[in-house]
Amino acid sequence: MGVDMPLGDNIITASLDGLVNWARKSSIWPMTFGLACCAIEMMATGASTHDLDRFGIIFRASPRQADCIIIAGTVTKKMLPVIKTVYEQMPEPKWVVAMGACACSGGVFDTYSVVQGIDEALPVDVYIPGCPPRPEALLYGLIKLQEKIGKERNSFGSTIGLGDRVLPAA
Amino acid sequence: MAENNRAVIKLRERFSAEIVDVKEFRGEVTVTVKKENVVEICNYLKANLGYNLLTDVTAVDYLGKTPRFMVVYNMYSISAKDRLRLKAQVEESDAVIDSVSGVWSTANWLEREVFDLFGIKFAGHPDLRRILMTDDWVGYPLRKDYPLQGPDREPYKGRLS
Repeated sequence: MGVDMPLGDNIITASLDGLVNWARKSSIWPMTFGLACCAIEMMATGASTHDLDRFGIIFRASPRQADCIIIAGTVTKKMLPVIKTVYEQMPEPKWVVAMGACACSGGVFDTYSVVQGIDEALPVDVYIPGCPPRPEALLYGLIKLQEKIGKERNSFGSTIGLGDRVLPAA
Repeated sequence: MAENNRAVIKLRERFSAEIVDVKEFRGEVTVTVKKENVVEICNYLKANLGYNLLTDVTAVDYLGKTPRFMVVYNMYSISAKDRLRLKAQVEESDAVIDSVSGVWSTANWLEREVFDLFGIKFAGHPDLRRILMTDDWVGYPLRKDYPLQGPDREPYKGRLS
């Protein structure tokens, strides 16, 4: 722990971590990236009825400005290199949400052309089941992601170049 | 009846040696031909019988039968408002057929799809590359002997519970 957190684990650093975490979880900017029917539900979540903006979640059309990618739909083997490129273009820190059965496990598409879950390629933070998940489910998943971000430690230290972020245990 | 179809009458006159079978099912006429003169037949169908729209080119894998493959051409005459299905026999040992992309330009991509998924080559095609699968893909997924879940995975054996 001492190696990971050079600033230590005291009231000052914990408060600073809390500040950074609060800023990060209150402004999750997901990449505008839809793959299949889940993307329709994702758009519905962003629209006025469910309104992602009230959580500070604003879709960004560039990976350079995004810190979260919602894998909304079926990932084919042909699409996987594109998703990897987009993910690599996103600046740290970044989070991945696997939305729907296909992104979690391949879903009904148990075939030669479909990746059997995006966790084969990217580190997934939140899995959202459903086919497709309703907007409420996506909102719940994103709130869970906010809770997860809120529990991260050494967020401040890693921001000023001291050590790495310590992710909460699952 | 299929024999009264205008295309079948003309084809029987001109290409009687090429025709293997003529069938009608629920008003849809299917003419099965040998593959050697398929371009000539298609040219005739377009130029003389007005089948100016090629709606689809696809193939069927009759695994275990000879010939193994059938390349299927679905065509439509906009002026006469009727359809015709042409099937050409292709053997597994010689899975090559002449390209009709010179007759209908739309056959270019449709034939690439058949090549991609069935591995049937089209002689004289201007740009025969894979169109759906990645360029480095090995195998032809729509062949009946291609494993559904891919060659690198255990096949599904039903629910274990």
